[in-house]
Amino acid sequence: MSSDIYKDIILDYYRNPRNFGDLPNPDVRAKDSNPLCGDIIEMQLKINDGKVEDVRFKGKGCAISQASASMLTEVVKGKSLDEVKAMRKADVLNLLGIDPGPTRIKCALLGLKVMKLGVYAYLGQAITEEVKQLV
Amino acid sequence: MTEKLTTINVSKIRQDFPILKRQVNGKPLIYFDNAATSQKPSVVIETLDNYYREINANIHRGIHKLAEEATLAHEEAREKVAKFINANRTEEIIFVRNATEAINLVAYSWGRANIAAGDKIVLSIMEHHSNIVPWQLLAQEKNAKIEFIKIDREGFLVQDEIREMIDDKTKLVCVAHASNVLGTINPVSEIAKIAHKHGALVLVDAAQSVPHMRVNAKEMDCDFMAFSGHKMLGPTGIGVLYGKSRHLENMPPFLGGGEMIREVHTTGATWKELPYKYEAGTPNIAGAIGLGTAVDYLRKIGMENVHEYEKEITSYALNKMSQVDGLVMYGSPDVKQRVGVVSFNLGDIHAHDLASIMDEEGVAIRSGHHCAQPLMEFLNIPATARASFYIYNTKEEVDVFINVLEKARKLFSP
Repeated sequence: MSSDIYKDIILDYYRNPRNFGDLPNPDVRAKDSNPLCGDIIEMQLKINDGKVEDVRFKGKGCAISQASASMLTEVVKGKSLDEVKAMRKADVLNLLGIDPGPTRIKCALLGLKVMKLGVYAYLGQAITEEVKQLV
Repeated sequence: MTEKLTTINVSKIRQDFPILKRQVNGKPLIYFDNAATSQKPSVVIETLDNYYREINANIHRGIHKLAEEATLAHEEAREKVAKFINANRTEEIIFVRNATEAINLVAYSWGRANIAAGDKIVLSIMEHHSNIVPWQLLAQEKNAKIEFIKIDREGFLVQDEIREMIDDKTKLVCVAHASNVLGTINPVSEIAKIAHKHGALVLVDAAQSVPHMRVNAKEMDCDFMAFSGHKMLGPTGIGVLYGKSRHLENMPPFLGGGEMIREVHTTGATWKELPYKYEAGTPNIAGAIGLGTAVDYLRKIGMENVHEYEKEITSYALNKMSQVDGLVMYGSPDVKQRVGVVSFNLGDIHAHDLASIMDEEGVAIRSGHHCAQPLMEFLNIPATARASFYIYNTKEEVDVFINVLEKARKLFSP
Protein backbone atom coordinates (compact mmCIF):
# COMPACT_ATOMS: atom_id res chain seq x y z
CA MET A 1 0.00 0.00 0.00
CA SER A 2 1.68 3.17 -1.09
CA SER A 3 0.48 6.70 -1.33
CA ASP A 4 2.17 9.78 -2.73
CA ILE A 5 0.89 12.14 -0.06
CA TYR A 6 0.77 9.83 2.92
CA LYS A 7 4.42 8.88 3.12
CA ASP A 8 5.40 6.64 6.01
CA ILE A 9 6.96 9.54 7.89
CA ILE A 10 3.71 11.56 7.87
CA LEU A 11 1.67 8.57 8.99
CA ASP A 12 4.24 7.83 11.68
CA TYR A 13 4.01 11.35 13.12
CA TYR A 14 0.21 11.18 12.86
CA ARG A 15 -0.01 7.87 14.74
CA ASN A 16 2.75 8.65 17.24
CA PRO A 17 2.82 12.41 17.55
CA ARG A 18 6.01 13.77 19.16
CA ASN A 19 5.64 16.47 21.81
CA PHE A 20 1.91 15.84 22.14
CA GLY A 21 0.19 17.00 25.34
CA ASP A 22 0.58 19.75 27.93
CA LEU A 23 3.56 21.61 29.38
CA PRO A 24 3.57 22.07 33.18
CA ASN A 25 3.85 25.87 33.17
CA PRO A 26 3.84 27.21 29.64
CA ASP A 27 4.79 30.85 29.11
CA VAL A 28 2.29 31.12 26.31
CA ARG A 29 -0.51 29.13 24.74
CA ALA A 30 -2.00 29.69 21.30
CA LYS A 31 -4.82 27.95 19.50
CA ASP A 32 -6.42 28.22 16.10
CA SER A 33 -8.53 26.19 13.72
CA ASN A 34 -8.98 25.77 10.01
CA PRO A 35 -12.67 26.49 9.49
CA LEU A 36 -12.72 24.58 6.22
CA CYS A 37 -11.70 21.25 7.76
CA GLY A 38 -12.31 21.77 11.44
CA ASP A 39 -8.62 21.03 12.14
CA ILE A 40 -7.63 22.38 15.57
CA ILE A 41 -4.08 22.95 16.88
CA GLU A 42 -2.96 24.29 20.25
CA MET A 43 0.70 25.10 20.94
CA GLN A 44 2.22 25.58 24.38
CA LEU A 45 5.67 27.18 24.63
CA LYS A 46 8.24 27.50 27.37
CA ILE A 47 10.50 30.42 26.53
CA ASN A 48 13.88 31.17 28.11
CA ASP A 49 16.40 33.82 27.15
CA GLY A 50 14.62 34.58 23.88
CA LYS A 51 14.66 30.93 22.85
CA VAL A 52 12.08 28.15 22.68
CA GLU A 53 13.09 25.94 25.60
CA ASP A 54 10.23 23.47 25.34
CA VAL A 55 7.04 23.01 23.35
CA ARG A 56 3.99 20.77 23.29
CA PHE A 57 1.03 20.65 20.94
CA LYS A 58 -2.50 19.31 21.15
CA GLY A 59 -5.00 19.01 18.40
CA LYS A 60 -7.56 17.20 16.32
CA GLY A 61 -7.80 16.92 12.61
CA CYS A 62 -6.38 15.38 9.47
CA ALA A 63 -3.05 13.57 9.24
CA ILE A 64 -1.38 16.42 7.34
CA SER A 65 -2.27 19.02 9.99
CA GLN A 66 -1.34 16.89 12.99
CA ALA A 67 1.87 15.47 11.53
CA SER A 68 3.16 18.84 10.36
CA ALA A 69 2.43 20.42 13.76
CA SER A 70 4.28 17.61 15.51
CA MET A 71 7.29 17.83 13.17
CA LEU A 72 7.39 21.56 13.74
CA THR A 73 7.59 21.19 17.54
CA GLU A 74 10.76 19.15 17.09
CA VAL A 75 12.58 21.68 14.94
CA VAL A 76 11.69 24.82 16.90
CA LYS A 77 13.17 23.55 20.15
CA GLY A 78 16.27 25.66 20.85
CA LYS A 79 15.46 28.16 18.09
CA SER A 80 15.35 31.89 18.89
CA LEU A 81 11.98 33.63 18.64
CA ASP A 82 13.30 35.60 15.66
CA GLU A 83 14.17 32.35 13.93
CA VAL A 84 10.65 31.02 14.52
CA LYS A 85 9.19 34.25 13.17
CA ALA A 86 11.29 33.83 10.04
CA MET A 87 9.99 30.33 9.28
CA ARG A 88 7.94 30.08 6.10
CA LYS A 89 5.78 27.68 4.10
CA ALA A 90 8.86 26.17 2.43
CA ASP A 91 10.26 25.11 5.80
CA VAL A 92 7.09 23.15 6.58
CA LEU A 93 7.03 21.53 3.14
CA ASN A 94 10.67 20.51 3.68
CA LEU A 95 9.70 18.82 6.93
CA LEU A 96 6.79 16.99 5.31
CA GLY A 97 8.83 15.98 2.29
CA ILE A 98 5.86 16.59 0.00
CA ASP A 99 3.83 19.45 -1.38
CA PRO A 100 0.27 18.52 -0.42
CA GLY A 101 -1.16 20.71 -3.21
CA PRO A 102 -3.35 23.81 -3.12
CA THR A 103 -6.37 22.12 -1.53
CA ARG A 104 -4.44 20.76 1.45
CA ILE A 105 -1.74 23.36 1.99
CA LYS A 106 -3.73 25.09 4.74
CA CYS A 107 -3.82 21.84 6.71
CA ALA A 108 -0.02 21.72 6.52
CA LEU A 109 0.46 25.34 7.59
CA LEU A 110 -1.93 25.46 10.57
CA GLY A 111 0.78 24.33 13.02
CA LEU A 112 3.19 27.04 11.85
CA LYS A 113 0.48 29.66 12.12
CA VAL A 114 -0.38 28.69 15.70
CA MET A 115 3.33 28.53 16.63
CA LYS A 116 3.80 32.06 15.33
CA LEU A 117 0.61 33.26 17.05
CA GLY A 118 2.17 32.04 20.30
CA VAL A 119 5.48 33.82 19.66
CA TYR A 120 3.81 37.10 18.72
CA ALA A 121 1.52 36.88 21.77
CA TYR A 122 4.53 36.26 24.03
CA LEU A 123 6.34 39.26 22.57
CA GLY A 124 3.21 41.38 22.80
CA GLN A 125 3.50 42.22 19.12
CA ALA A 126 0.72 42.65 16.58
CA ILE A 127 0.16 39.68 14.31
CA THR A 128 1.53 40.33 10.84
CA GLU A 129 -0.32 39.86 7.55
CA GLU A 130 2.10 37.05 6.72
CA VAL A 131 0.87 35.06 9.74
CA LYS A 132 -2.80 35.80 9.10
CA GLN A 133 -2.50 34.58 5.54
CA LEU A 134 -0.90 31.24 6.41
CA VAL A 135 -4.30 29.60 6.94
CA MET B 1 -29.11 -8.90 -3.50
CA THR B 2 -31.65 -9.29 -6.27
CA GLU B 3 -30.61 -7.94 -9.63
CA LYS B 4 -33.16 -5.58 -11.03
CA LEU B 5 -33.39 -4.95 -14.73
CA THR B 6 -32.45 -1.40 -15.46
CA THR B 7 -34.10 0.48 -18.26
CA ILE B 8 -31.06 2.73 -18.44
CA ASN B 9 -28.22 2.00 -20.81
CA VAL B 10 -25.35 3.33 -18.73
CA SER B 11 -22.56 2.66 -21.18
CA LYS B 12 -24.48 4.60 -23.82
CA ILE B 13 -25.13 7.43 -21.37
CA ARG B 14 -21.43 7.56 -20.47
CA GLN B 15 -20.62 8.22 -24.13
CA ASP B 16 -22.62 11.44 -23.82
CA PHE B 17 -20.32 12.88 -21.12
CA PRO B 18 -16.93 13.84 -22.61
CA ILE B 19 -15.32 14.53 -19.21
CA LEU B 20 -15.72 10.87 -18.22
CA LYS B 21 -13.00 10.02 -20.74
CA ARG B 22 -10.34 11.98 -18.88
CA GLN B 23 -7.82 10.62 -16.44
CA VAL B 24 -7.00 11.94 -13.00
CA ASN B 25 -3.59 11.13 -11.53
CA GLY B 26 -3.16 8.53 -14.24
CA LYS B 27 -6.41 6.75 -13.36
CA PRO B 28 -9.81 6.91 -15.08
CA LEU B 29 -11.95 9.62 -13.46
CA ILE B 30 -14.61 8.27 -11.12
CA TYR B 31 -16.87 11.19 -10.40
CA PHE B 32 -18.79 10.73 -7.14
CA ASP B 33 -19.29 14.42 -6.32
CA ASN B 34 -22.62 14.86 -8.05
CA ALA B 35 -24.35 16.45 -5.07
CA ALA B 36 -21.91 19.36 -5.48
CA THR B 37 -22.33 19.64 -9.23
CA SER B 38 -23.08 17.20 -12.03
CA GLN B 39 -21.11 16.71 -15.22
CA LYS B 40 -22.54 17.95 -18.53
CA PRO B 41 -23.56 15.92 -21.56
CA SER B 42 -22.30 16.97 -25.01
CA VAL B 43 -25.76 18.20 -26.02
CA VAL B 44 -25.69 20.81 -23.22
CA ILE B 45 -22.14 21.92 -24.06
CA GLU B 46 -23.11 22.13 -27.76
CA THR B 47 -26.22 24.16 -26.91
CA LEU B 48 -24.06 26.80 -25.20
CA ASP B 49 -21.60 26.76 -28.07
CA ASN B 50 -24.35 27.01 -30.66
CA TYR B 51 -26.10 29.83 -28.82
CA TYR B 52 -22.97 31.99 -28.93
CA ARG B 53 -22.09 30.97 -32.49
CA GLU B 54 -25.52 31.29 -34.05
CA ILE B 55 -28.12 33.29 -32.13
CA ASN B 56 -26.43 35.43 -29.46
CA ALA B 57 -28.51 38.58 -28.86
CA ASN B 58 -30.11 40.38 -25.97
CA ILE B 59 -33.64 39.22 -25.41
CA HIS B 60 -37.11 40.74 -25.13
CA ARG B 61 -36.79 44.23 -26.64
CA GLY B 62 -34.98 43.58 -29.89
CA ILE B 63 -36.75 43.76 -33.23
CA HIS B 64 -34.09 42.01 -35.27
CA LYS B 65 -33.94 38.32 -36.15
CA LEU B 66 -31.30 37.26 -33.63
CA ALA B 67 -33.15 38.95 -30.75
CA GLU B 68 -36.30 37.16 -31.79
CA GLU B 69 -34.61 33.75 -31.92
CA ALA B 70 -32.78 34.25 -28.64
CA THR B 71 -35.99 35.38 -26.91
CA LEU B 72 -37.88 32.39 -28.28
CA ALA B 73 -35.19 29.93 -27.16
CA HIS B 74 -35.02 31.52 -23.69
CA GLU B 75 -38.80 31.37 -23.20
CA GLU B 76 -38.97 27.85 -24.61
CA ALA B 77 -36.48 26.82 -21.89
CA ARG B 78 -38.83 28.30 -19.29
CA GLU B 79 -41.70 26.20 -20.66
CA LYS B 80 -39.56 23.07 -20.53
CA VAL B 81 -38.69 23.70 -16.89
CA ALA B 82 -42.34 24.45 -16.03
CA LYS B 83 -43.46 21.13 -17.54
CA PHE B 84 -40.57 19.27 -15.94
CA ILE B 85 -41.69 20.14 -12.41
CA ASN B 86 -45.39 20.38 -13.33
CA ALA B 87 -45.90 24.03 -12.45
CA ASN B 88 -49.42 25.38 -12.97
CA ARG B 89 -48.23 28.14 -15.24
CA THR B 90 -45.04 28.86 -17.18
CA GLU B 91 -44.73 32.33 -15.63
CA GLU B 92 -44.31 30.67 -12.21
CA ILE B 93 -40.75 29.83 -13.29
CA ILE B 94 -38.31 32.62 -12.42
CA PHE B 95 -34.77 32.25 -13.73
CA VAL B 96 -32.09 33.09 -11.17
CA ARG B 97 -28.43 32.17 -10.72
CA ASN B 98 -28.90 29.14 -8.46
CA ALA B 99 -30.97 27.72 -5.61
CA THR B 100 -29.25 30.09 -3.17
CA GLU B 101 -30.37 33.14 -5.12
CA ALA B 102 -33.89 31.72 -5.43
CA ILE B 103 -34.14 31.38 -1.64
CA ASN B 104 -32.69 34.85 -1.11
CA LEU B 105 -35.24 36.26 -3.54
CA VAL B 106 -38.06 34.89 -1.40
CA ALA B 107 -36.39 36.07 1.82
CA TYR B 108 -35.98 39.62 0.50
CA SER B 109 -39.19 40.06 -1.46
CA TRP B 110 -41.77 37.93 0.32
CA GLY B 111 -40.02 37.87 3.68
CA ARG B 112 -39.53 41.60 4.10
CA ALA B 113 -43.19 42.25 3.21
CA ASN B 114 -44.72 39.43 5.26
CA ILE B 115 -42.58 38.66 8.31
CA ALA B 116 -43.11 40.78 11.43
CA ALA B 117 -41.77 40.82 14.99
CA GLY B 118 -42.71 37.66 16.89
CA ASP B 119 -43.43 35.63 13.76
CA LYS B 120 -41.90 32.20 13.49
CA ILE B 121 -39.94 30.59 10.66
CA VAL B 122 -39.53 26.83 10.95
CA LEU B 123 -36.50 25.14 9.35
CA SER B 124 -35.07 21.65 9.61
CA ILE B 125 -31.72 20.88 11.22
CA MET B 126 -30.53 19.22 7.99
CA GLU B 127 -30.78 22.39 5.88
CA HIS B 128 -27.95 23.59 3.69
CA HIS B 129 -26.57 26.99 4.76
CA SER B 130 -28.39 28.49 1.76
CA ASN B 131 -31.70 27.63 3.42
CA ILE B 132 -30.61 28.91 6.86
CA VAL B 133 -28.60 32.11 6.49
CA PRO B 134 -31.15 34.11 4.42
CA TRP B 135 -33.74 33.36 7.12
CA GLN B 136 -31.36 34.31 9.94
CA LEU B 137 -30.72 37.66 8.23
CA LEU B 138 -34.47 38.20 7.84
CA ALA B 139 -35.28 37.12 11.40
CA GLN B 140 -32.59 39.44 12.78
CA GLU B 141 -33.95 42.39 10.85
CA LYS B 142 -37.59 41.70 11.75
CA ASN B 143 -37.10 40.33 15.23
CA ALA B 144 -38.68 37.07 14.15
CA LYS B 145 -37.96 33.63 15.61
CA ILE B 146 -36.39 30.58 13.98
CA GLU B 147 -36.96 27.02 15.16
CA PHE B 148 -35.33 23.85 13.86
CA ILE B 149 -37.07 20.50 13.43
CA LYS B 150 -34.62 17.83 14.56
CA ILE B 151 -33.93 14.39 13.12
CA ASP B 152 -33.96 10.86 14.51
CA ARG B 153 -31.13 8.33 14.39
CA GLU B 154 -31.88 7.33 10.81
CA GLY B 155 -31.93 10.91 9.61
CA PHE B 156 -35.69 11.37 9.36
CA LEU B 157 -37.42 14.52 10.60
CA VAL B 158 -39.06 13.92 13.97
CA GLN B 159 -42.79 13.75 13.18
CA ASP B 160 -43.91 15.07 16.57
CA GLU B 161 -41.70 18.11 16.15
CA ILE B 162 -43.17 18.85 12.73
CA ARG B 163 -46.66 18.85 14.25
CA GLU B 164 -45.71 20.78 17.39
CA MET B 165 -43.36 23.37 15.95
CA ILE B 166 -45.57 24.47 13.08
CA ASP B 167 -48.23 26.55 14.83
CA ASP B 168 -50.35 29.65 14.27
CA LYS B 169 -47.36 31.92 14.86
CA THR B 170 -45.52 30.19 12.00
CA LYS B 171 -45.46 32.19 8.79
CA LEU B 172 -43.04 30.07 6.79
CA VAL B 173 -41.64 26.54 6.77
CA CYS B 174 -38.42 25.95 4.81
CA VAL B 175 -37.27 22.43 4.23
CA ALA B 176 -35.03 20.47 1.88
CA HIS B 177 -36.80 17.95 -0.33
CA ALA B 178 -33.67 15.79 -0.12
CA SER B 179 -30.73 16.32 2.23
CA ASN B 180 -27.33 17.03 0.70
CA VAL B 181 -25.66 15.20 3.60
CA LEU B 182 -28.00 12.38 4.68
CA GLY B 183 -29.80 11.86 1.41
CA THR B 184 -33.09 11.73 3.34
CA ILE B 185 -36.19 12.46 1.27
CA ASN B 186 -38.45 14.59 3.44
CA PRO B 187 -42.26 14.35 3.45
CA VAL B 188 -42.72 17.79 1.92
CA SER B 189 -46.35 17.43 0.85
CA GLU B 190 -47.37 16.39 4.37
CA ILE B 191 -45.40 19.31 5.76
CA ALA B 192 -47.17 21.60 3.27
CA LYS B 193 -50.57 20.32 4.46
CA ILE B 194 -49.70 21.01 8.09
CA ALA B 195 -48.23 24.42 7.32
CA HIS B 196 -51.21 25.50 5.22
CA LYS B 197 -53.59 24.48 8.02
CA HIS B 198 -51.84 27.09 10.16
CA GLY B 199 -51.76 29.68 7.39
CA ALA B 200 -48.01 29.32 6.85
CA LEU B 201 -46.28 29.06 3.48
CA VAL B 202 -43.76 26.38 2.52
CA LEU B 203 -40.48 26.79 0.66
CA VAL B 204 -38.85 23.60 -0.60
CA ASP B 205 -35.13 23.46 -1.37
CA ALA B 206 -35.26 20.94 -4.20
CA ALA B 207 -31.61 21.26 -5.27
CA GLN B 208 -30.92 17.60 -4.43
CA SER B 209 -34.23 16.15 -5.63
CA VAL B 210 -35.15 17.74 -8.97
CA PRO B 211 -32.01 16.31 -10.68
CA HIS B 212 -32.70 12.78 -9.44
CA MET B 213 -36.44 12.06 -9.24
CA ARG B 214 -39.80 13.16 -10.56
CA VAL B 215 -40.78 16.32 -8.68
CA ASN B 216 -44.32 17.58 -9.04
CA ALA B 217 -44.77 21.10 -7.70
CA LYS B 218 -48.55 21.00 -8.08
CA GLU B 219 -48.95 17.73 -6.18
CA MET B 220 -46.43 18.76 -3.56
CA ASP B 221 -48.43 21.97 -3.09
CA CYS B 222 -45.40 23.95 -1.96
CA ASP B 223 -45.56 27.73 -2.25
CA PHE B 224 -41.97 28.17 -3.40
CA MET B 225 -39.36 25.77 -4.72
CA ALA B 226 -35.69 26.42 -5.42
CA PHE B 227 -33.19 24.43 -7.46
CA SER B 228 -29.97 24.82 -9.45
CA GLY B 229 -29.32 23.98 -13.09
CA HIS B 230 -25.73 22.86 -12.60
CA LYS B 231 -26.69 19.90 -10.39
CA MET B 232 -29.03 18.54 -13.11
CA LEU B 233 -26.63 18.35 -16.09
CA GLY B 234 -27.13 22.04 -16.92
CA PRO B 235 -24.63 24.91 -16.91
CA THR B 236 -23.52 26.81 -13.81
CA GLY B 237 -25.04 30.24 -13.18
CA ILE B 238 -28.64 29.27 -13.94
CA GLY B 239 -31.16 28.30 -11.32
CA VAL B 240 -34.89 28.31 -10.80
CA LEU B 241 -37.37 29.76 -8.38
CA TYR B 242 -40.82 28.28 -8.72
CA GLY B 243 -43.54 30.19 -6.91
CA LYS B 244 -47.32 30.03 -6.91
CA SER B 245 -48.42 32.93 -9.10
CA ARG B 246 -50.67 34.41 -6.43
CA HIS B 247 -47.66 34.90 -4.15
CA LEU B 248 -45.36 36.11 -6.92
CA GLU B 249 -47.96 38.64 -8.07
CA ASN B 250 -48.33 40.16 -4.62
CA MET B 251 -44.66 40.35 -3.65
CA PRO B 252 -42.52 43.43 -4.27
CA PRO B 253 -39.70 43.00 -6.83
CA PHE B 254 -36.29 41.63 -5.85
CA LEU B 255 -33.67 43.42 -7.96
CA GLY B 256 -34.60 46.64 -9.73
CA GLY B 257 -33.35 47.62 -13.15
CA GLY B 258 -33.86 46.95 -16.82
CA GLU B 259 -36.08 44.14 -18.15
CA MET B 260 -38.29 44.13 -15.04
CA ILE B 261 -40.13 47.44 -15.53
CA ARG B 262 -43.22 48.45 -17.44
CA GLU B 263 -42.65 52.21 -17.19
CA VAL B 264 -40.07 54.34 -15.41
CA HIS B 265 -40.61 58.02 -14.64
CA THR B 266 -38.69 60.45 -12.47
CA THR B 267 -41.43 59.97 -9.88
CA GLY B 268 -41.34 56.15 -9.81
CA ALA B 269 -41.83 52.97 -11.80
CA THR B 270 -44.29 50.16 -12.45
CA TRP B 271 -43.37 46.51 -12.87
CA LYS B 272 -43.71 44.07 -15.68
CA GLU B 273 -45.96 41.04 -15.35
CA LEU B 274 -44.65 37.64 -14.17
CA PRO B 275 -42.06 36.27 -14.52
CA TYR B 276 -40.13 39.33 -15.79
CA LYS B 277 -40.85 41.37 -12.66
CA TYR B 278 -38.20 39.26 -10.90
CA GLU B 279 -35.67 39.14 -13.72
CA ALA B 280 -33.87 42.47 -13.70
CA GLY B 281 -30.95 43.03 -16.06
CA THR B 282 -29.73 40.87 -18.93
CA PRO B 283 -30.23 37.31 -17.72
CA ASN B 284 -28.04 34.24 -18.25
CA ILE B 285 -29.61 33.57 -21.65
CA ALA B 286 -27.20 30.83 -22.74
CA GLY B 287 -27.50 29.21 -19.30
CA ALA B 288 -31.30 29.10 -19.42
CA ILE B 289 -31.29 27.59 -22.91
CA GLY B 290 -28.63 25.09 -21.79
CA LEU B 291 -30.79 24.14 -18.82
CA GLY B 292 -33.66 23.57 -21.25
CA THR B 293 -31.47 21.10 -23.13
CA ALA B 294 -30.52 19.36 -19.86
CA VAL B 295 -34.23 19.01 -19.06
CA ASP B 296 -34.84 17.50 -22.51
CA TYR B 297 -32.00 15.05 -21.90
CA LEU B 298 -33.37 13.97 -18.52
CA ARG B 299 -36.93 13.68 -19.83
CA LYS B 300 -35.73 11.46 -22.64
CA ILE B 301 -34.24 9.05 -20.10
CA GLY B 302 -37.26 9.49 -17.86
CA MET B 303 -37.05 10.66 -14.26
CA GLU B 304 -38.58 7.40 -12.99
CA ASN B 305 -35.72 5.54 -14.70
CA VAL B 306 -33.15 7.97 -13.32
CA HIS B 307 -34.50 7.46 -9.80
CA GLU B 308 -34.76 3.69 -10.18
CA TYR B 309 -31.19 3.41 -11.44
CA GLU B 310 -29.83 5.60 -8.66
CA LYS B 311 -31.66 3.52 -6.05
CA GLU B 312 -30.00 0.45 -7.53
CA ILE B 313 -26.50 1.90 -7.43
CA THR B 314 -27.03 3.46 -3.99
CA SER B 315 -28.26 0.16 -2.62
CA TYR B 316 -25.21 -1.57 -4.12
CA ALA B 317 -22.90 1.03 -2.55
CA LEU B 318 -24.59 0.96 0.88
CA ASN B 319 -24.33 -2.81 0.95
CA LYS B 320 -20.63 -2.85 0.01
CA MET B 321 -19.79 0.03 2.33
CA SER B 322 -21.46 -1.66 5.29
CA GLN B 323 -18.90 -4.48 4.88
CA VAL B 324 -15.92 -2.14 5.28
CA ASP B 325 -14.44 -2.44 8.77
CA GLY B 326 -14.91 0.68 10.87
CA LEU B 327 -17.04 2.52 8.33
CA VAL B 328 -19.88 4.62 9.76
CA MET B 329 -22.67 5.90 7.50
CA TYR B 330 -25.13 8.66 8.24
CA GLY B 331 -28.74 8.46 7.10
CA SER B 332 -31.25 5.74 6.42
CA PRO B 333 -30.28 2.33 4.99
CA ASP B 334 -33.62 2.30 3.13
CA VAL B 335 -32.97 3.45 -0.45
CA LYS B 336 -36.68 4.09 -0.99
CA GLN B 337 -36.47 6.98 1.46
CA ARG B 338 -33.24 8.59 0.31
CA VAL B 339 -31.38 9.83 -2.75
CA GLY B 340 -27.92 8.72 -3.84
CA VAL B 341 -25.97 10.88 -1.42
CA VAL B 342 -23.94 8.84 1.07
CA SER B 343 -22.04 10.52 3.91
CA PHE B 344 -19.62 8.46 5.93
CA ASN B 345 -16.53 8.33 8.10
CA LEU B 346 -13.94 5.57 8.20
CA GLY B 347 -12.48 4.86 11.63
CA ASP B 348 -10.71 7.95 12.88
CA ILE B 349 -9.39 8.91 9.45
CA HIS B 350 -10.21 12.54 8.79
CA ALA B 351 -12.57 13.07 5.85
CA HIS B 352 -9.98 15.26 4.10
CA ASP B 353 -7.39 12.51 4.29
CA LEU B 354 -9.90 10.09 2.78
CA ALA B 355 -10.68 12.53 -0.01
CA SER B 356 -6.96 12.96 -0.76
CA ILE B 357 -6.38 9.21 -0.93
CA MET B 358 -9.45 8.87 -3.19
CA ASP B 359 -8.12 11.65 -5.41
CA GLU B 360 -4.79 9.85 -5.83
CA GLU B 361 -6.81 7.01 -7.34
CA GLY B 362 -8.90 9.26 -9.59
CA VAL B 363 -12.00 9.09 -7.37
CA ALA B 364 -13.66 12.47 -6.73
CA ILE B 365 -15.58 12.61 -3.46
CA ARG B 366 -16.33 15.57 -1.21
CA SER B 367 -15.27 16.04 2.39
CA GLY B 368 -16.04 18.59 5.06
CA HIS B 369 -19.20 20.03 6.55
CA HIS B 370 -21.07 20.19 3.21
CA CYS B 371 -22.44 23.65 4.05
CA ALA B 372 -24.54 22.07 6.79
CA GLN B 373 -22.73 23.03 10.00
CA PRO B 374 -25.86 22.94 12.21
CA LEU B 375 -26.39 19.32 11.11
CA MET B 376 -22.71 18.46 11.79
CA GLU B 377 -23.04 20.01 15.23
CA PHE B 378 -26.23 18.04 15.85
CA LEU B 379 -24.51 14.80 14.78
CA ASN B 380 -21.48 15.87 16.85
CA ILE B 381 -18.98 15.26 14.06
CA PRO B 382 -16.51 17.78 12.57
CA ALA B 383 -16.83 16.50 9.02
CA THR B 384 -17.86 13.61 6.81
CA ALA B 385 -16.73 12.22 3.50
CA ARG B 386 -19.50 12.08 0.91
CA ALA B 387 -20.03 10.06 -2.24
CA SER B 388 -22.96 11.03 -4.45
CA PHE B 389 -24.10 9.27 -7.59
CA TYR B 390 -25.73 10.06 -10.91
CA ILE B 391 -26.91 8.24 -14.02
CA TYR B 392 -23.43 7.84 -15.48
CA ASN B 393 -21.94 6.08 -12.43
CA THR B 394 -21.52 2.31 -12.45
CA LYS B 395 -21.25 -0.56 -10.00
CA GLU B 396 -17.70 -1.13 -11.28
CA GLU B 397 -16.87 2.39 -10.15
CA VAL B 398 -18.36 1.62 -6.73
CA ASP B 399 -16.08 -1.44 -6.58
CA VAL B 400 -13.01 0.75 -7.20
CA PHE B 401 -14.24 3.18 -4.54
CA ILE B 402 -14.58 0.31 -2.06
CA ASN B 403 -11.06 -0.88 -2.88
CA VAL B 404 -9.68 2.58 -2.17
CA LEU B 405 -11.60 2.65 1.15
CA GLU B 406 -9.87 -0.61 2.07
CA LYS B 407 -6.54 0.84 0.99
CA ALA B 408 -7.11 3.91 3.18
CA ARG B 409 -8.05 1.72 6.13
CA LYS B 410 -4.86 -0.32 5.78
CA LEU B 411 -2.69 2.75 5.22
CA PHE B 412 -3.96 4.38 8.39
CA SER B 413 -4.17 1.31 10.60
CA PRO B 414 -1.47 1.37 13.27
